[in-house]
Amino acid sequence: MAVDSTTADGAAVGLTQQGNYLTTGRGVLSWLFTLDHKRIGVMYLVAITSSFFLGGVFALLVRTELLTPGATIMTADTYNKMFTLHGAVMIFLFIIPGIPAALGNFVLPLMLGAKDVALPRLNLTSFWFWMIGAVFAVVSIIIGAVDTGWTFYTPYSTTTGTAVISMTLGVFILGFSSIFTGLNFIVTIHKMRPEGMTWFKMPLLLWGLYSTAIIQVLATPILGITLLLLVAERALGVGIFDPTLGGDPVLFQHFFWFYSHPAVYIMILPAMGIISELVSVFSGKHIFGYRFIAWSSIAIAMFSFLVWGHHMFTSGQSGITNMIFSALTFSVAIPSAVKVFNWLATMYKGSIRLATPMLYVLSFLFLFAIGGLTGLFLGALSTDIHLHDTYFVVAHFHYVMFGGTVIAFLGGIHYWWPKMFGRMYSERWGQVSALLVFVGFNLTFFTQFVMGSHGMPRRYYNYIEEFTALHQASTVGSYILALGFFIMAGYLIHSLFRGRPAPDNPWGSATLEWETTSPPPAGNFDCEFIAGDPYDLESLRYDPAIQGWVRKDPQSIILSQGGAH
Amino acid sequence: MASQHHDDGHDPNLAHHFESPDQQRQASKLGMWLFLATEILFFGGLFVAYTVYRGNHPEVFIFGAHFLDTALGALNTVVLIFSSFTIAWAVRAAQLKQIKLLKWLIVATMLCAFVFLGVKYVEYSAKWKHGLLWAGSYNPHVDHDESFEVVEHETEIDAPGGEVEIEETDEVQHVAEGEIVEPVATEIVTEPIPAPADPDRSTIAPAARGPEGLAGPAPATDQDAIPVEPANAMVFFSIYFLMTGLHGIHVLGGIGAMLWLLKCLRRGDFDGGHFTKVDMVALYWHVVDIIWIYLFLLLYLID
Repeated sequence: MAVDSTTADGAAVGLTQQGNYLTTGRGVLSWLFTLDHKRIGVMYLVAITSSFFLGGVFALLVRTELLTPGATIMTADTYNKMFTLHGAVMIFLFIIPGIPAALGNFVLPLMLGAKDVALPRLNLTSFWFWMIGAVFAVVSIIIGAVDTGWTFYTPYSTTTGTAVISMTLGVFILGFSSIFTGLNFIVTIHKMRPEGMTWFKMPLLLWGLYSTAIIQVLATPILGITLLLLVAERALGVGIFDPTLGGDPVLFQHFFWFYSHPAVYIMILPAMGIISELVSVFSGKHIFGYRFIAWSSIAIAMFSFLVWGHHMFTSGQSGITNMIFSALTFSVAIPSAVKVFNWLATMYKGSIRLATPMLYVLSFLFLFAIGGLTGLFLGALSTDIHLHDTYFVVAHFHYVMFGGTVIAFLGGIHYWWPKMFGRMYSERWGQVSALLVFVGFNLTFFTQFVMGSHGMPRRYYNYIEEFTALHQASTVGSYILALGFFIMAGYLIHSLFRGRPAPDNPWGSATLEWETTSPPPAGNFDCEFIAGDPYDLESLRYDPAIQGWVRKDPQSIILSQGGAH
Repeated sequence: MASQHHDDGHDPNLAHHFESPDQQRQASKLGMWLFLATEILFFGGLFVAYTVYRGNHPEVFIFGAHFLDTALGALNTVVLIFSSFTIAWAVRAAQLKQIKLLKWLIVATMLCAFVFLGVKYVEYSAKWKHGLLWAGSYNPHVDHDESFEVVEHETEIDAPGGEVEIEETDEVQHVAEGEIVEPVATEIVTEPIPAPADPDRSTIAPAARGPEGLAGPAPATDQDAIPVEPANAMVFFSIYFLMTGLHGIHVLGGIGAMLWLLKCLRRGDFDGGHFTKVDMVALYWHVVDIIWIYLFLLLYLID
C-alpha cells in the first residue's frame, strides 16, 4: 500500500473494524490487569528494555572508570558496586526474562494459532512478580547497593555491609516470575497446538522456548532455595554456608551454579530458536536439518544440568570430579555445533536478503562461534588454571551472552516489530545501527580476550600500565556500542509514529503468526488452522501492491472460520 | 482482582482461549504437576544440604535427633496422612456434586493443618526454651523446671558473632561413649582447649569417620542414651529449622488455598461438578504431606 500520510490518531492500515490489541482498552489499568499475552509481552518488552538501559549505564560507568589505571571517576568501593549492579541487573532483570518473557510471550501463542497462552492469569502474575522483584532490586540499589559480584559468593556475601538481603530477595522473586513463564509455555505447547502441528512440525523457536522452559522449571527452584538460605544466613545466622558455624561456603557455589549454569542456557536456547526462524526466512530456503536442530535444543537442556562443576575447577574439587565435569562441558559443544552447521547449510545456495534481522543473524553466527570456541579453552582443565578469573572469562561470557543472546534478541525485535506494532522501521538506519553494534561489540570484548590471556584479572579496579591501551580501546568500543543502541532506540521509536504501516507478512515467513493482521486483534485469529510445514516458503508469493507476502492458496491452512473473536 | 472477562455466552467456566472443558482441565493439571515438580526441587536444595552434612558428620545428626520428640512427630504424621485422606475424599465429593460434604471435608482438612501447626508450635517452643536453635542462636542450656534433661557441657558458643570454642578434640570415641546423667545435678566439665590463635582460622572439625564412610562399623549406642555432644552439633538444628520451617510455610499456604476453595464453594463454583480447583489444591496438599513424611523419617527417626 502506498505510504499513506498517517492520520492524527495513527490508526494503522489493514486492521479489522474491531481494532487491534493495542487499541482495545485504554488507560494504564487496562494494561496492568490485561490477560492478553500480547500486551503482557509488550509490557515485558518495555520493562526489560528499561533494565537493559540501566544495566548499560552501569557498564559504561565501569568502562569509563577503567580508562586509566587507578581512580578515574569513582572510588574502588563504588566500582565494586557498579560491576555487581551491571551483572545483577543484566542477568536477572534483562537477559533471563528477555527473549522468553518479551518476545516469547508475544509470539508463542501466535505461532500456535492459539488465542492465548494456556494460563493467562499465571502469565500476568509472572509479570507482576517481575515488577516486585525489580522494585526489590531498585530498593537495594538505593539503600546501599551490593558489592559481591552478581554471583553472591559466600562468605563475602554474608559478611559485607551492603544491601545483599533486598537484592537476593528480589532475585528470589524474579526466579518465580521465570518459573511461571516456563511452566506456562510447557503447558501451552503441550495442550494448545493446532490441528496438524505435531511435535516435529512446530516452528523451531517453539523447540527453543520449550527446552528453555524445562530448564526454567527444573533449575530455578534451586536458585530460590539457595538465595533463601543466603538470606537466612544473613538474617538469622543459620550457618549452612559459614565455616565458623560448621557450614561449607563451597556448597553455596555448587548450589548457585547448579542453577546458574543451566541459566546461561535459559539465555541462549531461545536465542538459537530465533536464529533458526530468521535464517530460513532470509535465506529464502527451507531450514536444513530440522530434526537435528530440534533435538539439539533438548540435548543442550539436558547437558546443561551436568556441567555446573566447571565453575569450581579451582575451588578444591577432586581431580576426578574436575575431569568428569570437563568432559561433560566439552560434550555441550556437540549439539551447539550441530545447530551452527545446520544454519550454515540453510544459508548455502539460498537467496540471502541482507535485511536488518539477517544482519543480526550473521553477527550471531560469527560472534557465537568465537564465544563457543573460547568456552572450550575454559572447559579444558589446564588452560582454565591460567585463564580462571581473568578478562578472558569476561570476554567469553559476553561473546556468548551479548554476541549470542542479545544479538539474536535484537534480530528478533527487528523481525517481529512490524507484527507487534504494525509499523516498518527505517531499514537504512537499522543497518547502520547493526554495523555499529557489531564493530563496537568486537572492539569492547576482543581486546578483553587479549588482556585476559595476558593475565588481567577480572573485577579489578586498578591495573598495570601495560594494559592501558587495550583498556582504552575496550572503553571506546563500549561507547560505539552505546551509540549503536541510541540510534536503534531512535529509529524504532520514530517508526511507532511515522513508520510505514506494515503488511501482514513483510518478510515472507510461513509460520502462523504472520497469518493475522499487523498488529493482531485482541483475539489473534478468526479461524482455526491446520498447520503445515512452518518452513514451506514456496507456498508464499510477493505481492508488490501491499509490499508484503501472501499465501498462494490461503485456504490450504484453514480448518474452520469463525470461533470466538 | 480486576480482570477482563471474555464472556461469549458459553460455559462460564470455560476460558475463551480453550476449545473444550477437557482441554482446559488437562492444561491446569499439567501446570499443577509442573509446579509441584518445582516445589520438590525447591525442597531438594535442603535435602542435598542434609545429605552433604550428614554424609560428612553423621554423629551430628545422631546426636541432634535425640532432642526431637518422636511421639509428637508421629502424631503430626498421622494428622497429615488423615488430612490427605479427607482432601482426596473432597475431590470425590466435588466430582459427585456433594457440595455439603465437600465443604465439611475441606474444613476437616484445614483443621488437621491447624492441629499440625499447633503441635509444631509445642515442639518449637520446647526447642526455644532449651536454646536448641539454628547455629547462630544455638545456646543449649538446661531448664531446671524439667525433671529429665541432658547433660550440660561446657560448650561455649558466643551467639551471633560466631566465635565457637569446642572442647572435644577426640571425635572418634565420643559417639560411642554415650552417657546420660539425670537429673541434672552434676556437670561434666571438660578442659576447654584454648581458642585458636588466629581468629580467622576455620574451626571446622575433621570428619568423625574417615572416607570409609558407611562401610565402617556402626557406633554402638544405647537405645535411650544421648551421646556426648559432637562438634558443630548446631548444624543439625539449622537444618531442622530450615526444613520444618519451610514446610510449615507450605502448610500455611495450604490453609490459604483451602480458604480460597471455601470462598469458591460459597460462590457456587462447584455446583456443576467442576472439581478442577479442588483437585489442584488436593495435589498440592498431598505433596506437603509427602514432604513431611520424608522430614519425619530423616530428622526424627535417624537411630
